[in-house]
Amino acid sequence: MTFAMAIGTEYYLALSALLFTIGAGGLLVRRNPLIMFMCIELMLNAANLAFVSFGKEMNDLGGQISVLFVLVVAAAEVVIGLAIVVAVMRRRPKASIDEVSVLRG
Amino acid sequence: MEAVTFFIAALIAVAGACGVVSLKNPVHAALSLVATLFGVAIHFINLEAYFLAAVQVIVYAGAIVILFLFVIMLLGVDRAEDMESDPIIGQRQLALLATAGLLILGIFIAVAFSGEVTGVPPIEAQQSTFEGGLAIDSGSISKGVPPEQNIKEIGRALFSTRYVFALEITALLLTIGVVGAVVLTRRSKSELEPIPVVEPPALMRNSEGEIELALNEDEQSPIEETIDPPAEDLPNEEVEVNGE
Repeated sequence: MTFAMAIGTEYYLALSALLFTIGAGGLLVRRNPLIMFMCIELMLNAANLAFVSFGKEMNDLGGQISVLFVLVVAAAEVVIGLAIVVAVMRRRPKASIDEVSVLRG
Repeated sequence: MEAVTFFIAALIAVAGACGVVSLKNPVHAALSLVATLFGVAIHFINLEAYFLAAVQVIVYAGAIVILFLFVIMLLGVDRAEDMESDPIIGQRQLALLATAGLLILGIFIAVAFSGEVTGVPPIEAQQSTFEGGLAIDSGSISKGVPPEQNIKEIGRALFSTRYVFALEITALLLTIGVVGAVVLTRRSKSELEPIPVVEPPALMRNSEGEIELALNEDEQSPIEETIDPPAEDLPNEEVEVNGE
């Protein structure tokens, strides 16, 4: 069996959609805030993959530049999010997102 | 060869993603997130985005996942999550249904965008991308470029007039992130120095009269509320000690 088949953009987009939906499903299903953040990272990665594959399809460097910006936003988001998680979990060490359903410490 | 790489990397990425969603221990979930990130990095190499592949491994696997692990260990929440209890009835079933619908929609769009189905060859699409600014000469990818060329192109484009403003904004965003993290995780003053606040009234109570004592107790009533949280923190610290 020869592996001469060309991997087009649609393969990458399908994989990106799969990763995104796994991340979205995890975000809805899990209750640990840390794992919910990891699921957000999964979704951002899926978007990055779509950006790069579209960039290659369109022969445009903008896709890769966008991925760099997404990376920066993801890093800032994780830092702030984990800081909030640390601040909240210091008081409520049960590590469930249901604990923080009201907006006060 | 590209197909073999694609399917192996896709398998790694999807398996890691399923691990993130399904594993109960947060540490295991973070480690399978690393697998996903490596898989996506391989895809980036496959797509000739060499710089992004390196950045993906360094920033994501090297910094962000380590940050996750650090917080997991710091909080001592590395125990299994209860997957059985369901506070909102039918939430998980509805979530699976919704994500299945989302997946079908995503695959449909992916297929619809492929050149074979719509009949739009990628060559035609190439000609209508970049239209303005100094980035014209550095805005397109040359085929089969060596990795150094990729980095050079990205650097030129980032500091061209097209993207440099966004680049500055991201610098501002990172600064806000750092300051915000410090502000959020800092223990407030009422938590940090309860002992010097408590001591002086006791001394005054011994030397002065009863009126002073009553005044002090009136003044103390808001302060005592702030003294309470460290007492609540005690079990938290015990957990940390046990974790060590």
